[in-house]
Amino acid sequence: MNPELQGRVFPPVAPYLVGREKVREFSRAVFAANPINLDPEAARAAGHADVVAPPTFAVVVQEATLAQLLSEPDGGIDFTRVVHGDQRFSYSRPIVAGDELTATLAVTSIKTLGGHSMVTAESTIVDAAGAHVVTAISTLVVRGDE
Amino acid sequence: MTPILADLTVGSVVAEATFSLTRDSLVRYAGASGDFNPIHYRDDIAQSVGLSGVLAHGMLTMGLAVQPVVDWAGDPARVVDYQVRFTRPVFVDATDGAIVTVVAKVGALDPDADVARIDLTVTFNDATVLGKAQARVNLA
Repeated sequence: MNPELQGRVFPPVAPYLVGREKVREFSRAVFAANPINLDPEAARAAGHADVVAPPTFAVVVQEATLAQLLSEPDGGIDFTRVVHGDQRFSYSRPIVAGDELTATLAVTSIKTLGGHSMVTAESTIVDAAGAHVVTAISTLVVRGDE
Repeated sequence: MTPILADLTVGSVVAEATFSLTRDSLVRYAGASGDFNPIHYRDDIAQSVGLSGVLAHGMLTMGLAVQPVVDWAGDPARVVDYQVRFTRPVFVDATDGAIVTVVAKVGALDPDADVARIDLTVTFNDATVLGKAQARVNLA
């Protein structure tokens, strides 16, 4: 892995429009049974504009930024050796259907430990008004030669 | 009803759940998330990279593990921060599937912010599969 990736900020990816049916599909896939995830009426009754996405839904929006990182020409990351190490989501407000979200990736840390490399990538996700919604942070472990 | 922070005690269990995963669950998550890595649906490819067989997406395990916390809190919007470390794979047998259990306990309380940290113990085959699995829940 190229150590010069540390500190690199990538161009924002194309906006992601959060669809109601996508939220419901994702909710069912993670066993979310809360009516606020599934039923627009229940969501509105709880004070939300539309169905609320489960806490890990931001990974769907983040995904395009990680693809940028893995395909960076000088990155030197062999994606067949990549293992997901840790994941975090820090919200300013929940994601709801109808949001148009834009994600921007920054590489915050590169470390090498016993033949393995670890890259921490932080995707900052904002809404159409530019207000912060969630930051998704992934640490990817790139396994060295066995 | 939203839980009240003052009623909580560090160490007490707030939610427990058991999830039964099958290969169908993995296909469903692949489609919903867009993660079509074949190690999550093809044993031959999983084995070619040294795994014993198909494993669940780590993000599926992370995603389901927080659901008992969401139901306890009453609203998914109350989970303001959620983190995990992926420590062991969850192998999903083609016939028998996999059973994942979640125990959610109060890890810490922040009365000033009205936020409870809920710590998750997530287990498959008698071993924990997530480390430092913590959800911060806004109870204001």
